[in-house]
Amino acid sequence: MQRIGVFVCHCGTNIAATVDVKAVAEALSHEPGVVVSQDYQYMCSESGQNLVKDAIKEHKLTGIVICSCSPRMHENTFRKAAAAAGLNPYLVEIANVREQCSWIHKDIATATDKAVILGKAAVAKVHLNAPLTSMESPVVKRALVIGGGIAGIQTALDIAEAGFDVDIVEKQPTIGGKMAQIDKTFPTLDCAACILTPKMVEAAQNEKIHIHSFSEVTDVKGFVGNFTVTIKKKARYVDETKCTGCGLCTEKCPMKKVPNEFNMGLDNRTAIYIPFAQAVPKVATIDPNYCLMMKTGKCGVCSKMCSVGAIDYKQQDQLIEEKYGAIVVATGFNPIKLDKFDEFAYSHSPDVVTSLELERLMNAAGPNGGTLLRPSDKKHPHTIVFVQCVGSRCDDEKGKPYCSKICCMYTAKHAMLIREKYPDTEVYVFYIDVRTPGKNFDEFYRRAVEQYNVHYIKGMVGKVTPKSDGQLDVQASDLLANEQLHINADMVVLAAAIEPDKTARPLATMLTTQMDTNDFFTEAHPKLRPVESATAGIFLSGACQGPKDIPETVAQASAAAAKAIGLLCKNSITCNPCVAQSDELMCNGCSSCEKVCPYGAITYTDKEFRMPDRTTAIRRVASVNPAVCQGCGACTVACPSGAMDLKGFSNSQIMAEVDAICK
Amino acid sequence: MQVNDNKDFQPTIVAFCCNWCSYAGADLSGTNRLNYPTNVKIIRVPCSCRVNPMFILRAFQRGADGVIICGCHPGDCHYTSGNYYARRRMTLLFSMLDYLGIERDRTRVEWVSAAEGQKFAKTMNEFTEAVRKLGPNRRLEDLRCRKQ
Amino acid sequence: MNKYLKEQVLRSSGANVLKCMRCGKCSATCPSYDEMEYHPHQFVYMVEKGDIETLMKSESIYKCLTCFACVDRCPRGVEPAKVVEAVRLAAERQQGGDRLVPTDIPELLDDELPQQAIVTAFRKYTK
Repeated sequence: MQRIGVFVCHCGTNIAATVDVKAVAEALSHEPGVVVSQDYQYMCSESGQNLVKDAIKEHKLTGIVICSCSPRMHENTFRKAAAAAGLNPYLVEIANVREQCSWIHKDIATATDKAVILGKAAVAKVHLNAPLTSMESPVVKRALVIGGGIAGIQTALDIAEAGFDVDIVEKQPTIGGKMAQIDKTFPTLDCAACILTPKMVEAAQNEKIHIHSFSEVTDVKGFVGNFTVTIKKKARYVDETKCTGCGLCTEKCPMKKVPNEFNMGLDNRTAIYIPFAQAVPKVATIDPNYCLMMKTGKCGVCSKMCSVGAIDYKQQDQLIEEKYGAIVVATGFNPIKLDKFDEFAYSHSPDVVTSLELERLMNAAGPNGGTLLRPSDKKHPHTIVFVQCVGSRCDDEKGKPYCSKICCMYTAKHAMLIREKYPDTEVYVFYIDVRTPGKNFDEFYRRAVEQYNVHYIKGMVGKVTPKSDGQLDVQASDLLANEQLHINADMVVLAAAIEPDKTARPLATMLTTQMDTNDFFTEAHPKLRPVESATAGIFLSGACQGPKDIPETVAQASAAAAKAIGLLCKNSITCNPCVAQSDELMCNGCSSCEKVCPYGAITYTDKEFRMPDRTTAIRRVASVNPAVCQGCGACTVACPSGAMDLKGFSNSQIMAEVDAICK
Repeated sequence: MQVNDNKDFQPTIVAFCCNWCSYAGADLSGTNRLNYPTNVKIIRVPCSCRVNPMFILRAFQRGADGVIICGCHPGDCHYTSGNYYARRRMTLLFSMLDYLGIERDRTRVEWVSAAEGQKFAKTMNEFTEAVRKLGPNRRLEDLRCRKQ
Repeated sequence: MNKYLKEQVLRSSGANVLKCMRCGKCSATCPSYDEMEYHPHQFVYMVEKGDIETLMKSESIYKCLTCFACVDRCPRGVEPAKVVEAVRLAAERQQGGDRLVPTDIPELLDDELPQQAIVTAFRKYTK
């Protein structure tokens, strides 16, 4: 027989003003199983809790009901108090008579009636509560960072610094990401490579960091503290362990007409290549789409040149499986494709370039060795027009609805660098708004206007027309002067919107993390948990979560690392005990629950059962992994045989509440 | 449809609220002292997908006059996709209830976030009023369960 | 774009029009706004673009009261009134005679008019 205690809180006058607290305690004392029913001024206070603890011991209570504020407020307080008095914390139920009763109703009689009914429902439920114990699940002390840009590198370095092993998985042949392609950084104008490459080397030399370059994550299983990840190491046809990165093969390769991705296709590379001089790992990779040996079987120059015998034309993709306790996503961004923006003539004229292409055109390691020349005729441009918000803040399917955040600043940087290096060049920037929130950002932009005399014009470019003399006619509006302009430009630079990398969406599916409609990963809370995903053990770093500049990316990368370290420091983690449970005797093995589970927590196993006729039979039954289950209850409804139930919110408990309310 | 003229009729309304959004939204309408009728009694569930159609049938059997299910907005489910399951299940259940003669206005699914205390109170006011107009639920009520 | 005129206006005003961030506070504060065809912020922008001649032909240069409210309130210290004054000066210098004939002035005078305003008017309308 259950022995239940009811404790009704006055909450000062918060509850007592509209609910007759004593009448509630009196009414509930007649409920079946209730052996003690008391009221008190402040139940959550030290003395209030002691009252509960003493009653548990004195009356040997098997369950308690607290009629007080929302369980979201003090459920934990009373669970702890119960545990301290030797009662299982999950034998505590809260009747929410403050937020959902006294605060919303004015009439004392009806509010008291409602409070009694809420109390009765809680008593009815607590009758069916079962003692639950939290499971402990071990934590694998190793982290995985997906993406080797500045975000991934920073996260990996910070986690390694704390003494944990970290693996970086990067899909390109080298780590470095977008920052490696950037020429200078705002607002300090220091060279990106000069600050990035030492970090890349640091990551490569750190004993705790293992870089899987030219690799992809193909499968993720498991749960917080215990993920099993399959990584595909793509065949690069060069033995990583042997290659010294001398680069002789890249010099001798006869196939020299391959568009160079690192320079945005503005020049060519060889079929066997090292993306750039400071690549990490500095290992050659063969592009099988262009390699003559792989395509025709006739060449093998690189193999002959290689003194260490690292070339292996027969290399295969390799799958490796690793276990991790935490996963940090740092998949980054790309500029959008501009083929839908015909008005800017991007596909028609080589002199219309994106900002990232301009970075390469101006970079000392770029196609022109650092001299800014028009791509079409390699002449020095005298008039350059920048167009802001190309595809950003665009509500139709052509572009992105959000502000890409970094374009205002890098355009000011480009304009300034061009005016600094080539003072005879006129630079126009067409903008909708100039957005420069950030330390020293607005000062930077004002410098472009005031010191470098860059012409900022409010208005958009409507049309760019290549003319027969090689120049571009830029038709734009000057909204402040209320007139239409025509500018003869030598080059047009488009600040293309940025979007999450295409690999992010399939990855989110594998990780069971949430994404917004723009494919940016969704953080657990937009303000208070910005670097965690809603899925435990998955953290977010850098532009995969939203547009970010370098300082913000690095800050978030370190924050994600701190969260991951916090998890890895623990030997085990406590799991929520309110999870689904399958009654194996009732389960008919239909797989309905498995299909609806958003976490993949349900697996099917063949088990031996004794049948009524004393034979044994093998039956396929569901079993729930309590460490993976988050307790949503989707499976309990899907189960046609009623075998699946949710601990803490069982079918019988909820129906007891329904009955109590409807009585 | 019969319209109930009895102004004194006090319907019993069961609200199933998702712990992560609508239950918090209901708390918020309390914190903001936003009034809604005492007829509404809330049952906390971890997710709107935990609401078994059986619970709703049970409520009607036991004499409830209206049942409302509140979950997170589409796309915002704490468990990724639970509210979508709830939406599909309830669409089917409500059409079956319709077939049984339970008026559509007695059942409802509403998305209320943790920040929408105002919407919660407004929804409950509207829903209670709609159920009050319909009068007591007699179709599914099991007379053996009726209080004496 | 008249480079010579632009330089002249910038020199005589001493204002740095590049500092303008187009917030419009000068025009928002201007008591003569309704009288003017081109408003203070447009003066600054058009001078930056070198479109001085349009301004010189406009009556707006005589509508400015030189009250300096815009100078006082400009968050960037651009001094729009000085720009207007400089354009007016450029216009005065180009014209043959004074804008007002001295003999006409007594009729326009008002006993209530402050002394300072009369002095300003002489500066404004005569060479």
